[in-house]
Amino acid sequence: MATTKMGVLVDLGRCIGCRGCQVACKNWNQLSAEKTTFFAGPAYQNPKDLSDRTFTYIQYFELPGNADKPVELRMVKRQCLHCIEPACANACIVGALQKTEGGPVVYDEDKCMGCRYCMLACPFSVPTYEWSRTLPLIRKCTFCVDRQEAGLKPSCVTTCPTGALHYGPRDELVKEAHRRIEASGGKYVNHVYGEHEMGGTSWMYISPVAFAALGFRTDLGTEPATKYTGPAMAAVPGVFAGVVVAMGGLWWWTKRRAEVASAADRKRGEGEKKGGKP
Amino acid sequence: MKGVPLWVARIILVLVALLGIGVAIYRYRHGLGAATNLGDNWPWGLWIAFDLLCGVALAAGGFTIAATVYILGREKYRPVARAAILTAFLGYVLVIVALLVDLGQPHRIIHMIWMWNPHSVLFEVGWCVLLYTTVLALEFAPVVLEKWKMDRLVAILRTIQIPLVIAGIGLSTLHQSSLGSLFLAAGHRLHPLWFSPILPVHFFLSAVSVGLAMVIFESTLSSKIFGRSIEKEALEGLARALPWALGIYLLAKLIDLVGAGELNLAFQGTTQANMFLVEILGGVILPILLLAAPSVRRSTGLRFLAALLVVGGLIVNRFNVALVGMTDPAGTTYFPRWTEFAITAGIIAIGLLVFGFAVRHFKVFPEEHDAGGGAKSAAAA
Repeated sequence: MATTKMGVLVDLGRCIGCRGCQVACKNWNQLSAEKTTFFAGPAYQNPKDLSDRTFTYIQYFELPGNADKPVELRMVKRQCLHCIEPACANACIVGALQKTEGGPVVYDEDKCMGCRYCMLACPFSVPTYEWSRTLPLIRKCTFCVDRQEAGLKPSCVTTCPTGALHYGPRDELVKEAHRRIEASGGKYVNHVYGEHEMGGTSWMYISPVAFAALGFRTDLGTEPATKYTGPAMAAVPGVFAGVVVAMGGLWWWTKRRAEVASAADRKRGEGEKKGGKP
Repeated sequence: MKGVPLWVARIILVLVALLGIGVAIYRYRHGLGAATNLGDNWPWGLWIAFDLLCGVALAAGGFTIAATVYILGREKYRPVARAAILTAFLGYVLVIVALLVDLGQPHRIIHMIWMWNPHSVLFEVGWCVLLYTTVLALEFAPVVLEKWKMDRLVAILRTIQIPLVIAGIGLSTLHQSSLGSLFLAAGHRLHPLWFSPILPVHFFLSAVSVGLAMVIFESTLSSKIFGRSIEKEALEGLARALPWALGIYLLAKLIDLVGAGELNLAFQGTTQANMFLVEILGGVILPILLLAAPSVRRSTGLRFLAALLVVGGLIVNRFNVALVGMTDPAGTTYFPRWTEFAITAGIIAIGLLVFGFAVRHFKVFPEEHDAGGGAKSAAAA
């Protein structure tokens, strides 16, 4: 059980935007209230964004519909996607963020030095910071790792009344996602968001509407975050050794050349002395 | 500089430093949210762009000059070596001070010593900064110790000088480049004019150039301020090397952009494109052209101007990578709050004050009356 890689499939076709998950998340994680305002951008939402006190929220997209239904309303739940190879965990200088066997990307607040590199590295803009505290920590969705360890489903999944959130082993969820897309007879977009994005994520989405129209980043590719940093870090020992050896060699060569030159000078000097003063 | 007496400049620096310290106290009492314009969409701001990225790059004179004098045996650069190493040491100490302001849990900076994540680029940067600051302290220590006549300690440090210098060059190579690697993790936010798989190479090459330029810059400036005669031969030599270093950097940059088919992005008239042109035309191509002329290299003023352009170009480059070239997927923008500028200015002021103190009390620059005395005695003989 512990090593089964768990995930959640978010079926956007089933979400009714009740925001029960938002409330359940606040409850379970004991996140205090914050003063929020209604926000209208590409979507409308309240609160506007993830924050140190909001680990999940719902966005409402009003999309152009058809003759019967002039406006198509689509809701999207946002939270940490719990990447299989998380950029944040890769970036963290002290290893405070870790990918666990079972799926959750967890955070050890006793290690964190508050450098915020994880926030820069996350392609989904998930980690948030306690900006109003004097000794701030990183905050984000925990995938209810504490509940999972106790054999419970994540709090948001338990609350969801329509089955839009489906919790289970990730490999089974991938199959289920494709099964639902096929069964929809063309109603769903043939893409499981998170199956391959950034090397794959534990949370995945299927949708009746193109993901790009719902604020999903579709430009991230399928390579994990380590694609560029991995080779750079792998080169480090070799570069260091190479530079040290090259500099040592240069130093020896410079010194040797100086010695040879001064020896030649001395010889010439002696020669002149012998020749000059009989 | 002319016309402003030294004590006036010093008072201004003290005031700027005090303001910075005051704002830093405010930042520690009220947190980063109150003291900065940073936020969840902009986790890194001015302090990373200037204090960390520029601070480390501008300290590159330390390892480039150390390599030239101690490894390549170019004795004519020895007169500027101590100042370059002191600048580098102060630069690194101030980088660490700035990080202590920027970190949310500054007292935990030591966590990096025993909590390891070898995959993290920041882990490498952190260790290199820690080790290289130690190396620089040991490289500069003889200057302090000789004043107090601690000859035995100086002798010990002299015997390990070459290994220290070599270690310093290795460490500098690593983390000058790895400050670029940091942004390899931000490919989803960074403009393609700067994002590149070989970003670390660009950071290293530009650091070498700016290291040479900084030595010209600070030697010229301090000769004016402290009324020393200028190390003419050394600075002319640096001015001759600088266009080559810049040329290699420019070539790497152009090959990279042309290879990726992204050079056209520089001419789109956007803020990013224009800032890229400022950085490359003003900070790389113009100084190459200027320094190609022997008359410029020989003229103290023009040589200083060219060095200033290189330093300015590098600062623009690092700002471009960390801030201008960054986009927030949510569309928000960031401009530093005055408090962020105040702390940065305060840190620079403290650095300049300490540099001035060191120059007055230790033999950072070669003593002129020594040379004069030598010439006199030679004439007498």
